[in-house]
Order: sequence, then structure tokens, then C-alpha cells
Amino acid sequence: MQFEVNVAPVGSWTVMAVAGEVDVATAPRLRKEVVALLGEGHDRVVVDLEAVDFVDSTGLGVLIGVLRRVNAVGGSLRLVCTTDRILDLFALTGLDRVFDVRASVGDATGESPVDSPEPTE
Amino acid sequence: MGQVVELEIPARPDFLEVARMVITTAASIEPTFPDERINDLRLVVSEACTNAIEAHASSGDEDKRILLRCDLAEDRVEVEVEDQGGGFELADLGDLPAVTDPARLDHERGLGITLMREVADETEFRSSEGGTAVRLVVYSTKRR
Repeated sequence: MQFEVNVAPVGSWTVMAVAGEVDVATAPRLRKEVVALLGEGHDRVVVDLEAVDFVDSTGLGVLIGVLRRVNAVGGSLRLVCTTDRILDLFALTGLDRVFDVRASVGDATGESPVDSPEPTE
Repeated sequence: MGQVVELEIPARPDFLEVARMVITTAASIEPTFPDERINDLRLVVSEACTNAIEAHASSGDEDKRILLRCDLAEDRVEVEVEDQGGGFELADLGDLPAVTDPARLDHERGLGITLMREVADETEFRSSEGGTAVRLVVYSTKRR
């Protein structure tokens, strides 16, 4: 699946739906999108990883950087992920104790039921 | 020795996906390899190649290439990733702060070698000024 980031407001949150593989080739785009969002004053951010096929340490590192940036502006970051392979990586690295991981966008935003923004071409 | 697949890629991020795909597709030919272990292989190959790509970028050797050699046996896949970057000292990498330490968030890098050691069954790093070779072995059943 091709790497995509789609952003949409859901209630008081901004949801970034990420699709594809997050690695050294694609993670910089994710970082750039978050920096832009925070620059626009959107500091309640949900990163939806449900359509992510693969993430490695570079992707995890960018998520760490996202959390640092969100914390720096007094905002909130929640991740949406139910993929065992990615949850295992969080557990293996201890990041499951750092990130607020939710099972759905509805759970993350408190706006239920909702769907992630549809990818657009 | 089993079947051997060799692949040479430019030391550029956009070729990382190709490396993952070739190695995991080759490993999938062996029917005894479960999906879980193929996913482990995908991760450790990605980590080793990412380090190689970054080593070439750091040393200004982006025109040089990265060699992957994959030896497929019935019960294991052995991958060697060789770069021509500037090399590194494992001892210089240092430990990351604990995840409960707020300073942990200052470190976006440094997880790759940890993940390779945790996920692969065997890891070996040989580094010199001429480059680094990483040997990774993933068995069909996790050894530890």
C-alpha cells in the first residue's frame, strides 16, 4: 500500500490517518505533517495507524518526536492501533508506557461512532 | 548451505522497501516459515539497511552500494548486510534513558540495534572504517 497521510478534524481533535509503510523513506513526511499541524495551532492530535502495514525504528522515532512536539505546546497525542505486530513493537521498546494507544478513532476522540478520514488521491 | 539470494541496492531510502520485499519474498518460498517470523525478518532487514543507508549519508558515500546476501535454509534465514559507509563503534551508541524518564523523548534514534537484537535469533556486527557488516539469523521457530 502506498504511503499516505490524510488529515481531518474530528470534534476537537485533528486525526491524521496514516497508510502504508513508515520507514526512513516515508517517516519524514509524517514529521512534516505534524509540524505543520502544530504550527497551525492544532495541538490535539490523533495518529491513526490502522492502515499502516509496516513500521520500523525510524517510524517509532518519528512518533516519539511527535509526542515531544505535542507535549512542548501543551497539547495531547493519542495513537490508534490494534495491529498486533505494531503493538508488539511498542511493548518490546517500552513505548507502550509512553504512548496513549486507543482501539479506535472514536475511542481516541470521544466522538463515537466515527471513521478515519478517507484517503484522497 | 541452502539457496542463496544476493541483492545490491543504492544507498538511498527509496530502495529500502525493495530490500525488504526481495528478502521476505525469498524467505516465503520456504513453506515452513510462519508469517510471524517473516515479519520479524522484514523488520530486522529494514533496520540493518536503514543503518547502512544512514552510514553512507553520514560519510558522503551515497553513490556506493549496499550488498544483501540471504542464505535460505529449511529452518532458518541468514541475512548479511554490508555497507561501505564510515562504520561505527557499538560502544559509542550508549544507552537510551528509561521510558519513564521524560528525557527519553529527546531520543528519536537508537532503537534499531535494540530491535535487531530482540527480534533476530542471532546478530553480529562487524564495523571498520571501510564499512559495516551485519549478520542476522532468523529461525523458523524463535529460539528465545
